[in-house]
Amino acid sequence: MTNNLPLYILAAPLLAAFAVSVFGRLNSRVIAPLVLLPLGGSAFASFFLLLQVLQSGSFRYVVGNWEAPYGIELLFDPLSCLMLFLVTGVSFIASFSALPSTFRELPGRESLFFTLYLIMVVGLCGLVITADAFNLYVLLEITSISTYGMIAMGKGRPPLASFNYIILGSVGACFYLLGVGYLYILTGTLNMADLARLVPEIAGTAAYATAFGFVLVGLWIKMAFFPLHNWLPRAYWHAPAGMTVMVAPLMTKVSVYLMVRLIYAVFQPDWVFQPDFGLMTQLSVREVVLWIASIGIVVASIVAYSQRDLRRMLVYLIVAEVGYMVGGVWLANDLGLTGALLHIVNDALMTLCLFLACSAIWYAVGSTSFDSLQGLYRRMPLTMAAFTLTGFSMMGVPPTCGFFSKWYLILGGLDAGHYQFVGALVASSLINAILFFRVFEIAYFKAPEEGEDGPGLPRQEAPMMMTVPLVLAAALLLVAGFGAGTLVSRVIGVAIPELM
Amino acid sequence: MVTIFSYVPLAAILVSMLASIPILALGNRPNLREGVTLTVAAVKVLLIASLLPGVLAGNSYGLTLVQVVPGVSLALKVDAFGLIFGLIASFLWAWTSVYSIGYMRALNEHDQTRYFASFAVAIGATIGVAFAGNLLTLYLFYEVLSLSTYPLVTHEQTGEARASGRKYLTFILGTSIGLVLPAMLIVFSSTGSLEFVAGGILGGKVAPDLLAVLLCLFVFGFAKAAVMPFHGWLPAAMVAPTPVSSFLHGVAVVKAGVFSILRVVLFILGPGTLSDAGLGTPLAYVAGFTIITASLVALTQDSLKRRLAYSTIGQLSYMIIGVALLSPSGTLGGILHIAMHAFGKITLFLCAGAIYVASGKKYISQMNGLGRRMPITFAAFLLGAMSIIGLPPLGGFLSKWYLVIGTLEAGQIGLMVLLLISSLLNAAYFLPIIYRAWFAEPEEGAEEGIQEAPLLCLIPLCLTALGSFGLFLWPQPFMDLIRMLLPQLGMGG
Repeated sequence: MTNNLPLYILAAPLLAAFAVSVFGRLNSRVIAPLVLLPLGGSAFASFFLLLQVLQSGSFRYVVGNWEAPYGIELLFDPLSCLMLFLVTGVSFIASFSALPSTFRELPGRESLFFTLYLIMVVGLCGLVITADAFNLYVLLEITSISTYGMIAMGKGRPPLASFNYIILGSVGACFYLLGVGYLYILTGTLNMADLARLVPEIAGTAAYATAFGFVLVGLWIKMAFFPLHNWLPRAYWHAPAGMTVMVAPLMTKVSVYLMVRLIYAVFQPDWVFQPDFGLMTQLSVREVVLWIASIGIVVASIVAYSQRDLRRMLVYLIVAEVGYMVGGVWLANDLGLTGALLHIVNDALMTLCLFLACSAIWYAVGSTSFDSLQGLYRRMPLTMAAFTLTGFSMMGVPPTCGFFSKWYLILGGLDAGHYQFVGALVASSLINAILFFRVFEIAYFKAPEEGEDGPGLPRQEAPMMMTVPLVLAAALLLVAGFGAGTLVSRVIGVAIPELM
Repeated sequence: MVTIFSYVPLAAILVSMLASIPILALGNRPNLREGVTLTVAAVKVLLIASLLPGVLAGNSYGLTLVQVVPGVSLALKVDAFGLIFGLIASFLWAWTSVYSIGYMRALNEHDQTRYFASFAVAIGATIGVAFAGNLLTLYLFYEVLSLSTYPLVTHEQTGEARASGRKYLTFILGTSIGLVLPAMLIVFSSTGSLEFVAGGILGGKVAPDLLAVLLCLFVFGFAKAAVMPFHGWLPAAMVAPTPVSSFLHGVAVVKAGVFSILRVVLFILGPGTLSDAGLGTPLAYVAGFTIITASLVALTQDSLKRRLAYSTIGQLSYMIIGVALLSPSGTLGGILHIAMHAFGKITLFLCAGAIYVASGKKYISQMNGLGRRMPITFAAFLLGAMSIIGLPPLGGFLSKWYLVIGTLEAGQIGLMVLLLISSLLNAAYFLPIIYRAWFAEPEEGAEEGIQEAPLLCLIPLCLTALGSFGLFLWPQPFMDLIRMLLPQLGMGG
C-alpha cells in the first residue's frame, strides 16, 4: 500500500525546522506561519491516519525500502497512531501559545527556539512510531538534546538546570542503550518484532533480565518516575514558558507509552509481570513497582502542596501523574492498562491546559507566584474559567475526562487487589482538590493591593493567541470526558489486543 | 412499569443550568436578569409537574445520553421517588427566587450576578440528582452541586466565609471522593452495573462484611446528609446569605444528600439484602444518635440560623431512620419527611432572613418582643416550628406519625422512644424563640422603626408556611407516589 501520510507527518515539521532556522533569522514574522502550518497539517494528517488505521488495519512502513530487520521500520497500529495524533495535536495547540510567549521572553532568539521546538516534535513523533529499539534510542537523544537547548535559553539559572538535566538525561539514555546493547548481543537484532520473536529462547537468562532492568530504569529517568524525578522540576521551573506548554504535556506521556510498547511488544508481559520475577524471593518486581508508584503519587502531591508558585506546583503534579500511569501499566490487567492509556491521553490534555493557563497568567501578570494570582478571576475570567475546569478534571470530578481515567485505574486496582494503589489514587484526588481550591481561593477573593473591590478592576487577559487555544483545550476536557466511552471501545479497546 | 422516552427530564435540568449564561451576560441589567431567573423557575416547575400524571399512572420517563464507560451510561430516569424530590426542589426554588430578589436588593448585596448564576446551576444539579438513572449520573450531579454551591457559601468573601467555604469543601468533596467514589467502584466491580433497580442490585453478590463497609461508605460519604460525625460543614455554611441557607441548606443540598443515601439503600444495596445482613438496626441507631445529639446542641445555640442548622441535622436523620427501619410505614414516613421537613424548614429559614433584613438581628437573645413588630413573620415561624416538632394540623405531624408506626412495625421500641424524646427536644429549642418574640419585654428603644420585611420576602414565607398546613390536609400527591414505590421495593403498601 502506498501511503504518503506517514512521511508527510514527519517531514513537514522537520523541513519547517530547517526553514525556521534559515528564514526565521532574517525575518521573525515568517516564524509563526512556518510553525503553525506544518504542525496543523501534521495534526490533521495524523487524525486521518488514525481513522484509516482503525478502519483498514495496522501497517508497517519501511523507510528507503531497506527491508527489516536491517532497515528503519515504522509501525502504524491504533495505539501508535493515537499517540501520533496526540503529539501532533497537542504541539499544534501549544504552539499558538508558545509563539507570543517566546517572542516576549526570548527576543531575538525566536528562530533558534522554534527550530529546536520543531525538532523536538519530530523526535516525539518518531518515538511513538518507531519499530526499532536502536532508533528509539537515537530519537530519545534527539528529543533530549533539543530540550536541553530550549531549557538553557531561559532566564535566571537555566544553564545549571539544563546541566542537571543533561547529566541525568544522559545517564538515562546510557542505561537504555546498555539494555539495548545486551539485547543485541543476545539476539543479534534491534528490530522490535524480530526481538519479540527471539526473546522466548533467552527469557530465562540473567543477561536478559539485566537488559530489561537497564531499559526500564533508563525510561523511568526519562519519564521522571519517582524517585528518579528530581531533574524534572528544576528543568521545568526555569524553562521558557513556550517550551513547557509543549514538553510538559508530552515528554513524560510519550515515555510511558514507550514503556508500554517495550513491555508488550518486546519483553513480553507474561515474563515481566510474572509473580516470581524478582530480586528477592518474596517480593515480585511488579509488587515493588506498584508500591513505588503509590508512594510516588502521594509524595509528589504533598511536595506540590508545599510550593508557593503555580508553575512549581504543576511541575510536581506531573510527577504524581506519572505514578498513575506507571502503576496502571504494572497492575497488569486489562482495566489497569486501559486506565493508563486513557490517562496518557487525558493527562496530556490536562497538563496542556494547566501549562497554557500558567503561561497566559505569566504573560499577563508577569509572575506565577501565588501572591500575584490575587484577584485573577476578575482580571482574566476566561483563563481562570478554563483553569478551574482543568482543576476539576485533576480532582476527578465527572464529567471531565480526569474522572474516567481514574475510574479504570481504580477498578484495575480493585481487580488486582492492590488496595494501596487505589488508596494512593484517592488520596491524590483529595490532595489535588486542596491544591486547586487553594489557588481558586487566592485568585477568587483576595483583591490585588486592597483598592477597589468593585467591578472597576481592569480586564487583562493574555492575547487571543494564548487564550483561545486554552479555552478550546479546556473544552476538549469535556469532550474527552463524554467521549471516554467511545475512545475506550473504539480505539484503546482495539489497540490493546494488537499490542500483544 | 414502562419507561417512556422523554426529553422533559433533561430539559428540566438544563433549563436552569443554561440560564446561568444569560444571567451572567445580563449582569448590569438586574431587572432583566431576575426576569430570567423567575421565568426559568416557572418553566422548570411546569416541566416537572407535567411528568406527574404519567408517573402516577405507573410510568417512568427517561433517556440515555451517552455511554461513558462500557456498561454505564449517563442516563436520566424519573420514577416516583425522583419525582417527589424534583417537585419539592423545583417548587421551593421558585419561591426562594422571589425571596432572593427581595432579600438581596433590600440588603444591597454585592456580586448578585454571580449569586443568581451559581444558584441556577445548583438547582439544575439538584434536579439532576433527583432524576439520575444510575449511580454514576447521580454522582456526577452530586459533585456539580457541591462545586456550584461553593461560591454561594463564600459569598460574603470575609475571612469567616472563606474558612467556612474551605470547611464545606473539605467535608463535602473529601467524603464524596474519598468514600463514595471507591464505594461506587466496588459496587461496579462486584456487579458490573450501577443501575437503580427497586430492591437493589447487590443481593447475593457481596459478602455481609463488604456490605456493611459499603453501607458505611455511602451513608457517611454522602456528607450532605450531615450524619454525624460529618455534619460540621452545615453550621459553618450558615455564613451564606439566608436564601442560600434556606433553600440549599434547608432543602436542596441536604436533601440531595439524604436522597442519595435513600436511593442507594433502596435501589443499590436493597432493603431485603440489608435486612438479611441485619444492617438496618445499626444504621437506625447511627441516625438516632445524630438526631438526639443534634437536638441537644441546637438547644445551646444563640444564633438563630445555627440553631436551625442543628435542627436540620437532626431532622435529616429522621429520613434515614425511616428507611433504616426497612418497614413499609417507616419508609413511607422517611420519604414523606423529605417533603414535610422541606416546607417547614424553609419557612423557618425564610423567617430568619426576614428578621435579619428588617431588623439586622441574628441572635435569639436579641429578639425579645420582636413578634409584636413583625406579627406575620412570627406567625409563619410558629407554623414552621410546629411542623418540625410534629404537631397537627401541620405536615410534619403526618411524617412523624408514620415514622412512629414504622418503629412499631419493626418492633423497635427503643427507636420509638428516641423519636418521641427528639420531638420534645425540638419543642424545647423552638418554643422559647416564639415565647421571647411574643411575650418577653423588649429592651427599651431597641426596636424603634422595625417593621415587616419587604413584600418580596414576606409573600414567599407565608406561602411556604401555608404549604406546610396544606400538606397536612392534602398530602395525596406525595403519599400516592410513595405508595406506588413501596410494592416495588418489596414492601406491602
